[in-house]
Amino acid sequence: MSEAKAVTDDSFQADVLDSNETIMVDFWAEWCGPCRAVSPILDAIASEHADKIKVVKLNVDDNPAMAMKYQITSIPAMKVFRGGQVVKTVIGAKPKPALEADLAEFLA
Amino acid sequence: MREVIIVGSGPAGYTAAIYAARANLKPLVIASSVEAGGELMKTTEVENYPGFPEGIQGPELMIKMQEQAERFGAEIVLDDVVSLDLSGDVKSVTLGNGDVHEALSLIFATGSAYRKLGIADEERMSGHGVSWCATCDGFFFRKKTIAVVGGGDSAMEEATFLTKFADKVYVIHRGDSLRASKVMQERAEANEKIEFLFNKTVEHIYGDELVTGIGIVDTKDGTERTLDVSGLFIAIGADPRTHLVHGQLDLTTFGTIAVDGRSSRTNLPGVFAAGDVIDPTYRQAVTAAGSGTVAALDAEHYLAALPKELKEQVDAVPVSA
Repeated sequence: MSEAKAVTDDSFQADVLDSNETIMVDFWAEWCGPCRAVSPILDAIASEHADKIKVVKLNVDDNPAMAMKYQITSIPAMKVFRGGQVVKTVIGAKPKPALEADLAEFLA
Repeated sequence: MREVIIVGSGPAGYTAAIYAARANLKPLVIASSVEAGGELMKTTEVENYPGFPEGIQGPELMIKMQEQAERFGAEIVLDDVVSLDLSGDVKSVTLGNGDVHEALSLIFATGSAYRKLGIADEERMSGHGVSWCATCDGFFFRKKTIAVVGGGDSAMEEATFLTKFADKVYVIHRGDSLRASKVMQERAEANEKIEFLFNKTVEHIYGDELVTGIGIVDTKDGTERTLDVSGLFIAIGADPRTHLVHGQLDLTTFGTIAVDGRSSRTNLPGVFAAGDVIDPTYRQAVTAAGSGTVAALDAEHYLAALPKELKEQVDAVPVSA
């Protein structure tokens, strides 16, 4: 099970949008195999760059409002938020080096 | 150093691992970081794998295969191969994390990768309405109108599965009849939400942030019209995944790895190939599993015939990771 904090439709404002940190939201679901595959990779990136980026998870089954608001049509979808705005979207499970390259601007 | 490394973790790779492990070859399986278990991880009900009369979920079948391989001592690494050196007596495999593994033989079972349409905006709209995985993304098309491209079993399976969510599913096929098996065809044809569009190709994808429609062209008279769909699921087959061995292993005119007769032997001694990567024709979970068996037995036979000095290196050189 992932170490990442679970966020919900109700907590999204406080946990993500109002946060001063750079936050990556992993939109996922139980039935999504690629989501399970990428989850430990996101955990590893979060723990290796704990001072740079925080990873949280949003279960799209339980939290349809945020999944709809952010126009999710494919998971895993990883959206990086800064100051309440989406500044990066990465879609699909990718190997760690590829994800690190996608997120390079936030991890440096 | 090891006796055998297996690259790939679909039915071919895991079955090779089961046989190699039971032959006490302590195989190392490079399973991929995000695609471990292979294509069946993206399917739902598997109804044609023998031994499961009620059917079995694809991911569950693959987890069982993995557990069976591990039970006999196979070691599984969740990483990706970035390069292979297959030419010498010792085969060397470099992984994404930088680790290098060596073995006296190698079984290559990397399967195939989904084919793309090759049209403009396909890449840009991927994940924004264009998808290759109904089981992953179908959920987001509740009460929507969507299209599936393709005429084979996987297109029928995707279309049928997607009717759980969508109000309407077009199946777009460039030919005038389906290639899918009878049972899959009949199931799709009986589904009221599915409408077939034959002799049509998808030429355009419309939409800025999300897909809003597609342009389909009639192959007979060349006329184009727009279908208002919010999703496009592409199921037009797959190509063998051979990029890691280009220039090292001989390929067939189909693009699959060339093997000697009914064996798994490639053009390089000690290198064996199995599963969809050698099979342009059948590409079933159970044929891949059978092919994995062949590769493990061929590798075992090859190792048994190697000179003693080489085999002694297996114990003399500790495994690197």
